[in-house]
Amino acid sequence: MSKLTIGCFSSLVGSMTTDFVVKLAEAARKKGHDVDIWLSGNGTMLSKKGQRSFKDYSSLEKTIKDLVTGGVNVVACEACAEARGFHKEDLIDGFGRKSMDWYLASCFSADRVLQIGGE
Amino acid sequence: MAIKKVAFVVDKLPYKTETSRLALTHAISSQTVEIHLEDGENITPVLAFIGEGVLNCIKGQKASDMYGITSLESHIKNALLTDIRTLICAEDVKRFGLSNDALIMDAEDIGADMVSEIVPFDEIMEEMNTADHILFF
Repeated sequence: MSKLTIGCFSSLVGSMTTDFVVKLAEAARKKGHDVDIWLSGNGTMLSKKGQRSFKDYSSLEKTIKDLVTGGVNVVACEACAEARGFHKEDLIDGFGRKSMDWYLASCFSADRVLQIGGE
Repeated sequence: MAIKKVAFVVDKLPYKTETSRLALTHAISSQTVEIHLEDGENITPVLAFIGEGVLNCIKGQKASDMYGITSLESHIKNALLTDIRTLICAEDVKRFGLSNDALIMDAEDIGADMVSEIVPFDEIMEEMNTADHILFF
């Protein structure tokens, strides 16, 4: 079993990049790997609860909640979230909020790091 | 004792998006990563600007005056202050017609000893080849 750290810097709405991150994490977890997901920049949008599902847009809240229940660590950058008005009380249950050094520490112990997004 | 090298490679323009800013803030956060690690473990960051990313390194940025935000120049200087090796691709500097005088080569004004290095792309490739992880911004 290996550890995969994914840095997600892309927004939930407006691109399919975040969908790819979640699908990749799901696939890695199914294969028994540990997975950390770091949400930074616009990627922090994924951490906000109360996402409403529209057929025109991706809806990942349920999927990502299931991943967290299944052992995936999802942590959002606190500063990036606060700058966007996403406060601690807006965070999906089970998600973390940390500073950027958490991501680097996750990279330290990861076998592979994939940095995805960043417009 | 385990030290891992993480290369932060920036090829995005400054200010158009926050991507290059996030590269700098993540690189600088390596200064406090030890609090999450075991004794003797640490991260050595190296910062490299390539392609359009070299435009982040132009000095005299007025982001504070124009946008009311910190400039990428101040972040690059903070990176130098925290002894982060900072590389700027020589070929891309030449491609954009920039002179060394136009670039942030030091941060003496805030007491940094480290200076930026304008190096051939091959040297940046070597840094990437020897890094444990590469983060592209």
